[in-house]
Amino acid sequence: MIGATHYVALSLILFCLGLIGVMVRRNFITVLMSVELLFNAVNLNLIAFSFRLGDLAGQVLAIFVITVAAAEAAIGLGLIIALVRLKDTVLLDEADVMRS
Amino acid sequence: MKLYDLIWLVPLFPLIGAAFNGLVSNRLGLKKSVTHTVALLGSGAAWLWGWGAVIQWYFTEDYHQPYVVKAFTWITGGDLKILDGSVAPVDIAASFQVDPLSAVMLGFVTFVGFLIHLYSVGYMHGESDRAYARYFSYLNLFMFAMLTLITGSNLPVLFVGWEGVGLCSYLLIGFYFEKGWCASAGMKAFVVNRIGDFGFILAIFAAFMVFGTLEFSELFQAMQGDHHGQFAAAATIIGLLLFVGAVGKSAQIPLFVWLPDAMAGPTPVSALIHAATMVTAGVYMVARCNYFYQASPTAMLVVAVVGGVTAVMAATIGLVQNDIKKVLAYSTVSQLGYMFLAAGVGAYVAAIFHVVTHAFFKACLFLGSGSVIHACGGEQDMRKMGGLKKYMPTTFWTFVAATVAIAGIPPLAGFVSKDAILAKAFEAGFTDLNGFGNVYFLLWMLGLGGAGLTAFYMFRLVFMTFYGKFRGGEEAEHHLHESPWTMTLPLQILAVLSIVGGLLIGFPGQLFHLEGWSFIDRFLEPVVLSHGEHAGHAVSFGLEWALVLLSVGVAVTGIVVAWRFYKDDLEFKRATALAERFPLVYKLLLNKYWVDEIYGATVIAGTIKLARFLWEVDARVVDGAVNGTAHTTVGSSFLSGIFDLRVVDGAVNLVGTTYDVASRWFRRLQVGFTQGYAMVMVFGAAILLGVFYLIKL
Amino acid sequence: MDFLVANFGAIFFYVVAALAVAGGIGVITFKNPVHAALALLETFVMVAVLFILRHAEFLAAVQVLVYAGGIMVLYLFVIMLVKVKNLRADEVFLSGIAPLAVLAGVLLGALVAAGILLGSMAAGDASADVLRTVVTEGGAEVLGNTEAVGWVLYTKYLVPFEVVSVLLLVAMIGAIVFGRRDAALADAGEGVES
Repeated sequence: MIGATHYVALSLILFCLGLIGVMVRRNFITVLMSVELLFNAVNLNLIAFSFRLGDLAGQVLAIFVITVAAAEAAIGLGLIIALVRLKDTVLLDEADVMRS
Repeated sequence: MKLYDLIWLVPLFPLIGAAFNGLVSNRLGLKKSVTHTVALLGSGAAWLWGWGAVIQWYFTEDYHQPYVVKAFTWITGGDLKILDGSVAPVDIAASFQVDPLSAVMLGFVTFVGFLIHLYSVGYMHGESDRAYARYFSYLNLFMFAMLTLITGSNLPVLFVGWEGVGLCSYLLIGFYFEKGWCASAGMKAFVVNRIGDFGFILAIFAAFMVFGTLEFSELFQAMQGDHHGQFAAAATIIGLLLFVGAVGKSAQIPLFVWLPDAMAGPTPVSALIHAATMVTAGVYMVARCNYFYQASPTAMLVVAVVGGVTAVMAATIGLVQNDIKKVLAYSTVSQLGYMFLAAGVGAYVAAIFHVVTHAFFKACLFLGSGSVIHACGGEQDMRKMGGLKKYMPTTFWTFVAATVAIAGIPPLAGFVSKDAILAKAFEAGFTDLNGFGNVYFLLWMLGLGGAGLTAFYMFRLVFMTFYGKFRGGEEAEHHLHESPWTMTLPLQILAVLSIVGGLLIGFPGQLFHLEGWSFIDRFLEPVVLSHGEHAGHAVSFGLEWALVLLSVGVAVTGIVVAWRFYKDDLEFKRATALAERFPLVYKLLLNKYWVDEIYGATVIAGTIKLARFLWEVDARVVDGAVNGTAHTTVGSSFLSGIFDLRVVDGAVNLVGTTYDVASRWFRRLQVGFTQGYAMVMVFGAAILLGVFYLIKL
Repeated sequence: MDFLVANFGAIFFYVVAALAVAGGIGVITFKNPVHAALALLETFVMVAVLFILRHAEFLAAVQVLVYAGGIMVLYLFVIMLVKVKNLRADEVFLSGIAPLAVLAGVLLGALVAAGILLGSMAAGDASADVLRTVVTEGGAEVLGNTEAVGWVLYTKYLVPFEVVSVLLLVAMIGAIVFGRRDAALADAGEGVES
């Protein structure tokens, strides 16, 4: 039977993929996408446990997570616009003003 | 009021005068009249009080006992263990005494001293006010020292005076210190004196170690009570050491070399110090300590031999000297030799008698020569004098009187005392005193010969100076004049004393079968320690008269020879011819046996070499050690500086460098590379998880 | 055929899961951001399906609406606005860090997986009806997931709800501020036309 364990494993895989994406990708937009991936993994986990434990709190929290993710995506994309205006690039290694 | 209770005032009066003249007159440059008034008051007060005290004492107290007055406690040391095992306290008092010997000394020292102070007023009038004050200050200071010497009741006080007169001698000889040779003469006197003083100090130590006391009266009693001769050895040592001091102070062989050079000082100084008083201090000291010599035949013999040989040797040198003062200087050395000869045969009274008469005529001679030099404008070479008789009559007759006295012509003073000495010397030889009869005989003969030489060279001096024609040039001849009364009055007084003084003080009654007529014999008798020896007539009456005639004859011979060579022969042709016949002898005598040169080549050169060597040691070793310490310190401080720089600073810098490297390394974490941070965070989370598992499991 | 029918739930789950993972891999791998965005979209949809499988119907709808409909569109708009150069293959990933980063991620994943595998969870799910129950003063009623979530959201979790709404307000303001064109920046930037 498919139980919470399977969902947790899947969530873990997606989370790790998201992590790697954040660390590895050069394009800032793609980094933000990887962050969305992280959020989704977390949501999946929450839902799985909500069903498992019979508590709606998980689902409510997942709603909140989605909300926050949306807000964050908006801000992040605003950042991209600002970065482009400033440095004319979305590539993170070219955004090195603060770098030593 | 007993004047002799305050006997210590006698030295004090001149000390006050010296202090005033030295500190006030000299500094402020007061007028000469002020200066010499103070000085005359100082020495005059000493004279009057001294005579008054002595006379009062003689008629009040028993003159057989010394009258001791303690002024104050001078030195208190602890207790010292002396040679015989007992413990003696070191407690030396500044105490003074009046006894026959010091009374005699006081009598002539104060009077002659005063006369010479008076003479100096006239003689030194040409000096500047400051120098005048300095001179009188020193002269008064000398009186203080000399009077301390003769009134002291113990050896240390005597020694204070002894050193004091040495100091004043140095100051006064080197009075004209701007001239190098005068300053050198002063130093020579002091240094040679010092050699003698070394012996004296050792004697004081020895005396204390043996007897535990230094008071004369106590020493006298100790020696008096020594019936078994237990102190004989000690007495020999002490006596010889004391005599070393006397040899230095009284210019005997081998330490006489300073006296001729001392003539560099002003002539009154030569008269007072180097004729009448200071040089006789040695004789006084031997007479004062006669108990040591009486117990030691060896010491007595040494004293006699040294005295006798010196008497003759100095006379021979005086035969050919051309400087008037040098002749008189060697004459002084010779006469002092006679005094020691007397002491050496046990005739202490005769020695002191000669001291007194010598003071009279020698002072007169020196002051007379001063008068002559003054008239000749400073000239001292007799070859440039002559015929002064008619220019300076007073000086002339006083000088002749004193010369007759020194030549030993009766009945003048010199004859009386010198004859006493020669008689006693003959007696010592005749009675085989202490078993050295042969030696004493020889010494008597030397003394006799010396008397002849004395007569000769003294009359040579007189003839060269006062007779004949003046050889000093026309210019100087115009300046020839008699001296002022301040100078001639002392001369006259001293001349009179030279004539009658001898008979008054010590009439030789034994020549006329009259006993006890010699005042000085009676008076000084308690001073001399005798173990009940029979003071009888060892020499028969006839022999005594024979001796008298012999000595007079020798003296007259000397005078006659001098007459032939110098009075009649205006250009001294005979004298010069004699000198040319024996050139080596002449040179030997003229150069005073080259004694100074010998000393210079041996003792002085050796001392200088030693001093140089020690200086080298000091400069190389000591200074080297000191410098080495300094270098070591510099080096070690340099090393510690390096240490501080490298190690300490290095450690400090290391801390800084560590931080620098660490921060450089750590900074790599914060490159501003966000994804790097993210990776690190992931790693961190993994590590945390791992740790969590480890703990859980 | 029977096997398929008997284990349809499991097979369905595994297929959907695989697709979701594929989408995730696509996000982190595609060099063209549009491709990556589309892969992400696919992942969103698969996650929504998984939500339905777990009886979270409301949330699945929200997922599709917000994520797929809003955020993805936003991303695509930004990709369009920003002239992104087409990169070569070797320039997709940050050079120095990639292997290490992958290692980090894999490590973490492995550790968590070990935790999951070694741990044990008591079997037994709750019934689906629990997630549809509305509990009021009157009693519990089984209505639907949406009602249940709504009821709980506005009663029990009202405060977080309000806070999150403030957060949305702040985010909106922030986005506007970010997006505003400054006179100074206008000359510097050349790639954006507002």
